[in-house]
Amino acid sequence: MGRLLQVGVLLASFVMLIGGMLYMRAHHGEMPNYRVFSSEPLRLRHFGGVVDGIKVGDPAAIIQLAVLLLIATPVARVVFALFAFLIEKDKLFVVISSIVLAVLLYGFLRPQ
Amino acid sequence: MTLSIFTGLLFFGSLTAGLLGALTGLGGGVVLVPLLTVFFHVDIRYAIGVSLISVIATSSGAAAAYVREGFSSVRIGMFLEVATTLGAILGAFLATVVHTQALAIIFGLVLIYSAFVSWQQRKDPTSEPKGHSRWSDKLELSGSYPDRDGKPCRYEVENIPGGFGLMFVAGTLSGLLGIGSGAVKVLAMDRVMKVPFKVSTTTSNFMIGVTAAASAGIYLHRGLVAPGLAFPVMLGVLAGSLIGARYLVRARTAVLRSVFTLVVLALGVEMIVNGVTKWF
Repeated sequence: MGRLLQVGVLLASFVMLIGGMLYMRAHHGEMPNYRVFSSEPLRLRHFGGVVDGIKVGDPAAIIQLAVLLLIATPVARVVFALFAFLIEKDKLFVVISSIVLAVLLYGFLRPQ
Repeated sequence: MTLSIFTGLLFFGSLTAGLLGALTGLGGGVVLVPLLTVFFHVDIRYAIGVSLISVIATSSGAAAAYVREGFSSVRIGMFLEVATTLGAILGAFLATVVHTQALAIIFGLVLIYSAFVSWQQRKDPTSEPKGHSRWSDKLELSGSYPDRDGKPCRYEVENIPGGFGLMFVAGTLSGLLGIGSGAVKVLAMDRVMKVPFKVSTTTSNFMIGVTAAASAGIYLHRGLVAPGLAFPVMLGVLAGSLIGARYLVRARTAVLRSVFTLVVLALGVEMIVNGVTKWF
């Protein structure tokens, strides 16, 4: 399970690096301003939008894909633990891991 | 400031935050958010969003090493994650109703508390003889870990309801402030549940990523994860914490640690003063 976490983080970092480089090239010379809060565009805030963005080569969408991969890594860890408890026929911990997974999916998939 | 200079400075700033986090054992987020708000003048909501992402990266990166060494307990971690993830969802919702200056003040208080915990950690943790716990056996949370000679060391878990409640608080703080709340998690396991120090620190690290993932999705949906910030900050914090974990922990760092604890304390005071003066 330690391996899984490492692979997830490595993969996310790699995608992040590529997205970041492209982002720097596309927005070269702009003045960044994060002083005032303005929500990120809607297309970068859900999975479908990110996929569409990658299809047209939007660097910001590639960065958001890296973010999604990163969030998915601990979720995958919980899924694997759930399977391990299923194999061990540990009913109590199957229930406990399912609750954790349900809470994670709620946070991730909750419609706006 | 152009984008390339801004991004470069952010990367090195985040690298330092990651190093400091690994060195003090507080995690990257606790130093990162004040760094972004105080020095880079980033809106605290953006800072929290991007901090959550780096917290997941550092936790997963560091946890990988411990899992193989057999210190962390998947059972204790999973059981307590019920509390931390529910807390994290609550924290993410609270973040929408709490005033941004109030967020800064709460953050400052947590920083001061974390500095205090980091200071205390330097004393050798002593494990007292333990009583017997009904719940520890029922949930099969008792376990063993390899000691210095590789022999298994048995342990039991006490005061499970108390630890569970404190974990809910840790999760809420994590979702509200974008930090790992490692300090509160270790407190819950180490002091309240009497889990051996080595097991509690590594299991806490293991849980931090899962807790942060619960609220990170909500922050992403709300448009609080800015790509231009996420790129340099996530890579910087991850690099810093990996370097810190590999090289600095082994070095003699007692003096450095004291200095950095004072830095964390100063950042906490700065955030509170800043928050109060801007609010009123």
